[in-house]
Amino acid sequence: MLQSTEVLREKRPMRIITPTVQVRSPEPTTSQVETRPCIVTSKLSAYFGETAAIRDISMSVPQQAVTAIIGPSGCGKSTLLRCLNRMHETVPRTRVEGSVQILGSEIYGEGTSPIAIRRHVGMVFQRPTPFPTMSIRANVAAGLRVDSKSHADRGATSEIVEEALQRAGLWAEVKDQLDESAMALSGGQQQRLCIARALATRPRVILLDEPTASLDPLNAQKVEELVYDLRKTVTVVIVTHNMQQAARVSDRTAFLLMGELVEFASTRELFTAPKDPRTESYITGRFG
Amino acid sequence: MIGFTYLAAILATLPLVLILAHLVRKGASSLSLAFFTHMPGSVGEPGGGMANAIVGTLMLIGIASIIGLPIGIGAGLYLAEKKGTPLASTVRFLSDVLNGLPSIVMGIFAWEVLVRPVRHFSALAGGVALGAMMIPLVTRTTEEMLLVVPTSLREAALALGYPKWRTSISVVLRTALAGIVTGALVAVARIAGETAPLLFTALGNQFWSTSVREPIAALPLQIFTYAINAYDEWHRQAWAGALVLITIVLIISLAARFATRSRFGAPVD
Amino acid sequence: MTSLPVDWLENDRRKLRVDASAYGDKIYEALTAACALAIPALVIAIAVAIFAAAWPAFAKLGFSIVTTSDWDVRAGHFGAAPAIFGTLVSSTVALIIATPLAIGVAIFLSEFAPLWLRQPIGFLVDLLAAIPSVVYGLWGIFVLIPLLREHVMPFLRDTLHLGATPFFSGPAYGPSMLAAGVILAIMALPYISSVSREVLMAVPRSQREAALALGATRWEMIRDAVIPYARSGIIGGIMLGLGRALGETMAVTMVIGNRPEISASLLAPGYTMASLIANEFSEATSDLHLSALMAVGAVLFIITLIVNAVARWLVWSVGRRRTQ
Repeated sequence: MLQSTEVLREKRPMRIITPTVQVRSPEPTTSQVETRPCIVTSKLSAYFGETAAIRDISMSVPQQAVTAIIGPSGCGKSTLLRCLNRMHETVPRTRVEGSVQILGSEIYGEGTSPIAIRRHVGMVFQRPTPFPTMSIRANVAAGLRVDSKSHADRGATSEIVEEALQRAGLWAEVKDQLDESAMALSGGQQQRLCIARALATRPRVILLDEPTASLDPLNAQKVEELVYDLRKTVTVVIVTHNMQQAARVSDRTAFLLMGELVEFASTRELFTAPKDPRTESYITGRFG
Repeated sequence: MIGFTYLAAILATLPLVLILAHLVRKGASSLSLAFFTHMPGSVGEPGGGMANAIVGTLMLIGIASIIGLPIGIGAGLYLAEKKGTPLASTVRFLSDVLNGLPSIVMGIFAWEVLVRPVRHFSALAGGVALGAMMIPLVTRTTEEMLLVVPTSLREAALALGYPKWRTSISVVLRTALAGIVTGALVAVARIAGETAPLLFTALGNQFWSTSVREPIAALPLQIFTYAINAYDEWHRQAWAGALVLITIVLIISLAARFATRSRFGAPVD
Repeated sequence: MTSLPVDWLENDRRKLRVDASAYGDKIYEALTAACALAIPALVIAIAVAIFAAAWPAFAKLGFSIVTTSDWDVRAGHFGAAPAIFGTLVSSTVALIIATPLAIGVAIFLSEFAPLWLRQPIGFLVDLLAAIPSVVYGLWGIFVLIPLLREHVMPFLRDTLHLGATPFFSGPAYGPSMLAAGVILAIMALPYISSVSREVLMAVPRSQREAALALGATRWEMIRDAVIPYARSGIIGGIMLGLGRALGETMAVTMVIGNRPEISASLLAPGYTMASLIANEFSEATSDLHLSALMAVGAVLFIITLIVNAVARWLVWSVGRRRTQ
């Protein structure tokens, strides 16, 4: 693997969950963010048949930070996210125009396999999607097993499984039941399991598509805490319909409306001093 | 009128009870260990068994499954993944047509293409005819079971970097496996008792044979031959054979009904 | 912060060029497509093989195969009309007996049966479809036929005086059209009832509640709201049962008597297309005889094809209306 192991092996203590969500004012190293883009899209458009779901989106997502995509339903935020790991093209009769560069490599380049992209760009969906026929251990290792050359032996795999579950804040809860069915976990645990599964392949980027939408508030909060922590080791892009969530967890926020990128700025700026009147209407709750 | 529906329910289940009761009464008294271990006796000679027919039926089921299961499951995967395309709709319709094809027509077809050119009846021809009958059954149940698997699981696997084929096989197919096994067992149960497709293909055999290139005995064929002859001893054998056949079929049907999800999880390797 | 090589994808590109997974998808798609195409190929092969084999008979004898009723192998007469007649009559008798029972069971199971009884009764009725045809035939020969000959036939003919009509006149043979009809009724029943049950269960709750809200009784609701909605699906189920009955071979061959004559009486023996083939195919003496039997198979193929296509279309139309 290309990523430095020091970063990954760093064992962080479990966060203590406080009952009230503190709105953290994101304190990103803005200058660093501006200089180190992770994902750069230019003139990115995606179609379902002849209908464009997103049009001409050009944005630069900073590395090792959380970027939120917000907007009313149907604005194309999920489609934008699914263009970043080439999942959009898995739906029949769809196509993508424009370019997406991740860490300097064009992911829509000639000869680039979407499979390779997806191994480096993890994704977590709205509903938890543990594989029902696999144990907890097998679920976390699922992405490793499919890439037969990337791991050497059983021992290495179980280290990676532990590390991924640690990073997802699930290790303490499941370490004694690794060989039991993943379906026995609660919804919130299942969602963190899916995050662990995405982390196990040590991706550069994690894409989260409304990861807390199907969870109860307490579990949603756990996932949110986790997202906040993940920025230390990985670039996160999160789609959410919940503006408070975007404000709590993200460093930068993009506002999409009808397939177009209206505004993309640091989260604090976007929520306190939006430049575009449409952004202001949306964040003050006038539509959507 | 409500009373009529109760009466209908009783009348509809009555034949099953009558047939099974009669089978057990007549069959059990004719059943002995020799029935399973001995070869058929000559006319008028008491005793004898259907060892060759039992083995023959199992062989025919085996050949049919080797042909019917992979093709049926493959076609089911195709239909579930390409649903809505014109080709998929055509295949789906033709598989229903094939399912409704009279088994005797399948029999003369198999004779025409597998027996006539080589001028030789064979177990293989019989197994192929039965396998062809399994294909549409397995296809449609596989398709139905795959469509129940949520799209989100497929997406999750693709997003992990699974190639499409691995997604289909180790996630989607694996998740639907219990249902597909049930469908396969139902198909096996159905063809296990088929007689008509074997009349001009496997033909039947009074002697011991396990060669796929020779005619082979089968329980349904043997029951038919014995039933339409006049010897009481053969009638007794027919009842015993029918009891064995229906026991095989019912065990498979019950297994299909109670086929529960097999243990989850393959070892991490 | 770690330094990341700009060409991080390059490693994977190089790897994937030699990785089987790049070809895996193509192989997988080709294999499943081949399996799917095996089905049309098989249907076409069956049609071509049977019609090609039947061609000499059609060319020599023309439509006399289906229109004449003299089947004499030695004289070279191949008129299959009695077998076609027998197929149609035995299946009709089967439907007359099975349809009310099957629909009754379906209504019972979908509307009236206590919940704990629905599963087991449904399973028992479905099991009728699992019994091998040859077992039905065996039971037909040794149980049903004696019962019909000793009790049912005399009762119908003499006690009910139905003997005055041509349909129940004449001597009570055991093996007969009636015996075939009864056996086929039992065999078709599970097909009709399971499709009917499915379409009855598919009737939306709103449809039922609207009728009940108008003050209809339970039975009136079923008659006026549920059955009309499910009608085409039920007819589809009956057609599926008919398809089964038309092509059924072994059980019929064992109980119908196998006499190639057209008789109005259900008490008399008859013949069907399937049993004609089953009985004579392996003993066919001349090429023309064989070809004539293939022609009978071709006719049977076409009839069942049409019946099944109509059945599928009817059942499908109910499913479509439901999703609209």
